[in-house]
Amino acid sequence: MVDHAAEPVETLKTGTPEDAAAYLLEKFPGAVSADTRPGFQGVIVDPAKLVEVAQTIKDELGYDFLSSATAVDYLGYGDHLEMVYHAYRISGGTALNFKAQTDRENAKLPSLVGVWRGADFQEREAYDLYGIHFDGHPNLKRILLWEGFDGHPMRKDWKEAYYEDELKPFDSRWPDGGGVHRSEEKNVFGKNVRYPADFDLAKLTDISEESLYKMAGVDVEMHAMDDGVRTDTLVVNMGPHHPSTHGVFRMIISLNGESINTLEPVMGYLHRNHEKIGERNTYLMNMPYTDRLDYLSSMGNNLGYAIAVEQLMALGPRYSPPTYRAEVIRVLMAELTRIVNHLWSIGFLLNDLGAFFTPMLYANNEREKILDFFEAASGSRMMCNYMRFGGVFKDIPERIKSMATMVNDRVRDYDTMQFLSQMINERLPRFIDEYDRYLTENEILRERCIGVGVLPAEDAINLSAVGPLLRGSGVAYDVRRAEPYSIYPELDFDIVVGKNGDIFDRYAVRMQEMRESLRILRQILPRLEQTKGEPIVSGTQAYSPRVPPGESYGRVENPKGELGYYVVSYGDDKGTQNPWRYHVRAPSFINLTALGPMTRGMKIADVVTILGSIDIVLGETDR
Amino acid sequence: MSSKELDLKHVHDTEFPLPAEMQGNVAVTSLSRIYNWSRRSSMWPMLFGLACCAIEMIGTAASRFDLSRFGMEVMRATPRQSDLMIVSGTVTKKMIVPIVRLYNQMPEPKYILAMGACASGGGPFKEGYNVVSGIDKYLPVDVYVPGCPPTPQALLYGLIALQKKIDGQSLANLDDVPWYGVGPSEPAPIPILGPDIIDPRQMDLIRRQAELAARGEPTYVRELPPVVKKVKAVPSKVTKAAAAAPAEIAEDPRREEILKRRLAALARKRARDAAKAN
Repeated sequence: MVDHAAEPVETLKTGTPEDAAAYLLEKFPGAVSADTRPGFQGVIVDPAKLVEVAQTIKDELGYDFLSSATAVDYLGYGDHLEMVYHAYRISGGTALNFKAQTDRENAKLPSLVGVWRGADFQEREAYDLYGIHFDGHPNLKRILLWEGFDGHPMRKDWKEAYYEDELKPFDSRWPDGGGVHRSEEKNVFGKNVRYPADFDLAKLTDISEESLYKMAGVDVEMHAMDDGVRTDTLVVNMGPHHPSTHGVFRMIISLNGESINTLEPVMGYLHRNHEKIGERNTYLMNMPYTDRLDYLSSMGNNLGYAIAVEQLMALGPRYSPPTYRAEVIRVLMAELTRIVNHLWSIGFLLNDLGAFFTPMLYANNEREKILDFFEAASGSRMMCNYMRFGGVFKDIPERIKSMATMVNDRVRDYDTMQFLSQMINERLPRFIDEYDRYLTENEILRERCIGVGVLPAEDAINLSAVGPLLRGSGVAYDVRRAEPYSIYPELDFDIVVGKNGDIFDRYAVRMQEMRESLRILRQILPRLEQTKGEPIVSGTQAYSPRVPPGESYGRVENPKGELGYYVVSYGDDKGTQNPWRYHVRAPSFINLTALGPMTRGMKIADVVTILGSIDIVLGETDR
Repeated sequence: MSSKELDLKHVHDTEFPLPAEMQGNVAVTSLSRIYNWSRRSSMWPMLFGLACCAIEMIGTAASRFDLSRFGMEVMRATPRQSDLMIVSGTVTKKMIVPIVRLYNQMPEPKYILAMGACASGGGPFKEGYNVVSGIDKYLPVDVYVPGCPPTPQALLYGLIALQKKIDGQSLANLDDVPWYGVGPSEPAPIPILGPDIIDPRQMDLIRRQAELAARGEPTYVRELPPVVKKVKAVPSKVTKAAAAAPAEIAEDPRREEILKRRLAALARKRARDAAKAN
């Protein structure tokens, strides 16, 4: 017998975001309203009903994956803080975008950690930078700045010490350039510091350290272990200067014997204010900053940002999408970047396992070859700054000539297509097979990776894990297929998935993903030949294009996972030259939410390996 | 270390004449020279990366660029065993505290190389609220390497520049570097994380500024000197006279004689070269 009640629920779970919004409007009259601002999508939810609505979105509408949660300050336009959530279905499709607004004074919203645990760090970030209190959050404290910092710096009325002007380029540099001064000349302290007006040195206490240890429980506490041995809790601090934390990352671990009770990640040691600086830059000025997010895969970061701004530009009348050749070059760069990143990631995972430097040196050798190509195309090895809105910066060169990597004082000179074809068809496949042969069957690698750091599929989704971390747990979720962009729909490739969700599966996923990338690249080569000479940008390129008002969330599958850019253009009906809000949904940052749950009960020696298998980059984690 | 490095000629540093049969066996040199030579040839950097530049630093240490050619491949993860701190990336206010601690833990002699735009002066992130605009705001820097990030070649150049700098240091001059002086040197004061980062050396200034603020007087922002527009220089009588001067020099009476002498010297040199070639 067919259950009639179940049927509409099933269609709800596959419907479009518009259907979902209509369902929410009907189910919660008064509490949910459509967002009617021009260029904005989704619904605005009454904070009192936020948790209930979120639960409905997750359970009834099937949006089981919370991609991004971030705050926006609308100072001067309604004077409220707005929390923006983007939820997706793991099966694919576009986002359901819902928002909740609160006053700037006593900003308070209910926490959604109970619905999606992936909201944990993102809400802490909103608390840190915007000062929104989340009721019901289990561990609400500052995450990027230190405890005791004055104010919430992402608010629009918070001015930094080197504040000069609202928008760039600064007046002091423009138009005659005569009045250029260095920012520190203006500051009495000669440093980038600003103290509150009622600051009293006598009452100064540094609580930044002690607040970190609060969660770990530093009081001596006796435990009886399984075999009757009595131990007490030992708190170990790892980082921020530690060779195995992949940068300036810190963990505070409380141990029971050798097993981990709690692990608390501490970050912000590389928080360099991308988002605050990004709000004053023009749209194009942010492009080189995106390079410095995940500095191993700058091309992928460029692509995500270009896609986000292009989505906004598409709202305007004079937009033309990127040309076909531009898309081909973009995919070429993005996939090469994936190989670069995975080579590095596997090399350093082996480092963490104790194979000190040899695998990493092997991998780096191949990486350098790809960097040569990046340098020839964009002018820089790592910080490529290559994509533009509507295309790319420059066509790939005819020949690769590298002064920098001279051999026996001879400039190396190759035909680019020949170089690429040799690299993609011969060199890299051979190397990856060789690497695979050396490592995968290795006894030590298998012993230390199989069954360690297990993350079950449901947990991975709930924790908003992305990239190889999510796919290693057996969830076939890849933005290239879930919400295709660029020319990925016409390319033939598979999504690599693991089975058990342990370190070994993540390693294997990365290894196989490199092969899939090569498969894509082999399809790209003939397309590059075919489109030779075609334009690489569409429309006219402007240094400071006017972007129509609205919001957009552009996301790409970066090597480390889903990289999203939430860009808001607001405040000028004719279009703005600077983003009102520029937020980066960083895969490394949100993947770290899973680190605590994954390491619980594991041995202390496995912590660095588990961290290495997440593959974080601190530039992106801390932004 | 290559055999060339061990060649005693490298260490030999005096006018003292050595008999021909002893050359290659004996070197007469100064203590500074020996100290500096051994230090610069085994400069151990700390294994410590901050941001993007750290990746290029690893690239420099890896096979293609190979830092070990300069005796620097031994990267130590502990400050106690390192001589050189390569500050490779953006220094944030939260990170400067551990960095100063690490620096204080390094044994002397110790050097700092500021790698990249951020470590040298804040770089693209200079205006950021959590960014220290240059490590030199807190610690003494020996070599700055520009770039964002510097290429491995640039880093190698910076390291060679540091070696040259070490070569020039002297035991005789006690003010030259602190570790050649008398007694232990002062540790760098560790910044405090308050409402913003607090440099202990600026406590007095902060207190004075707070008093000014309590009285309601404008503080914190310093007035900048008025912008002086560059005015095209009008040539004065003196500069005009100076411009006219070369003509007089051309009529120097000794000119003929000097020219003759130089031509003669050139002819002699050519003859010598020709004889050598034959």
